[in-house]
Amino acid sequence: MGLAIAFWILAIVSVAAALAVVLLRDIFRAALALILCFLTIAGLYVTLSADFLAAVQVLIYVGAIAILIILAIMLTREVQRGGLTNKLQIPVLVVVVLLLGALIYTMVSTPWAVSTAMPLVPTTPVLAGKLFGEGGFILVVEMAAVLLLVAILGAIVLVREK
Amino acid sequence: MLVGLEHYLILSTVLFAIGLYGALSKRNAIIILMSIEIMLVAVSIALVAFSRYIVPLALTGQVFVIFIMVVAAAEAAVGLAIIIAIYRGYETIDATKINLMKW
Repeated sequence: MGLAIAFWILAIVSVAAALAVVLLRDIFRAALALILCFLTIAGLYVTLSADFLAAVQVLIYVGAIAILIILAIMLTREVQRGGLTNKLQIPVLVVVVLLLGALIYTMVSTPWAVSTAMPLVPTTPVLAGKLFGEGGFILVVEMAAVLLLVAILGAIVLVREK
Repeated sequence: MLVGLEHYLILSTVLFAIGLYGALSKRNAIIILMSIEIMLVAVSIALVAFSRYIVPLALTGQVFVIFIMVVAAAEAAVGLAIIIAIYRGYETIDATKINLMKW
């Protein structure tokens, strides 16, 4: 019961914050709404008993990505208004609503094979075994390291003064 | 009312639709990047919900979400660097005015 109340509060706040990101005219307030959205999604991970992911969500999204976005807003002072839309607003709205309807219809009508087993708590040792253990995702972990290195080098090269 | 898999899936779909609308209809490039982050996070919710309700003992969905976070961090860093480089050259980040590569 408590889980259901927590889910509904977090779901409503996250959808409202996402709408605020898209609809607010002040781009800085939109960035603050984005932080609120990320925090509520960390709470949703807790209700899904994904404790490690909730902590990582706060660290990476709120701690790193949101700060990076606010820094970029500070550096590009020219347009503080984010509410401006391009000419495609109405067609995009129609397409998005159609896609939303189709996806919700598919998700509700599919008979998911829901398991009754209780979730693992805590998840960190199992995740570590999956990532680094025998028959796990170790190759992908190393590729992720290379991807991050390339991203850092690319960002430095792009913003370097000539 | 008991919360099940469908609730999380519908929430993830709604967030994804909001992010898609923002990414396709906004003119400010930073808002477009923020909408793309919302879309990535929405997909992460769906993956964690599948991991929790369908294979609660395997946690494969949570491993995928960790990789999504890696890609999102790399994408934010490179995307914002591109935006700042464009701002230096053009003095604007209006996506409708940046048409150097438009055919």
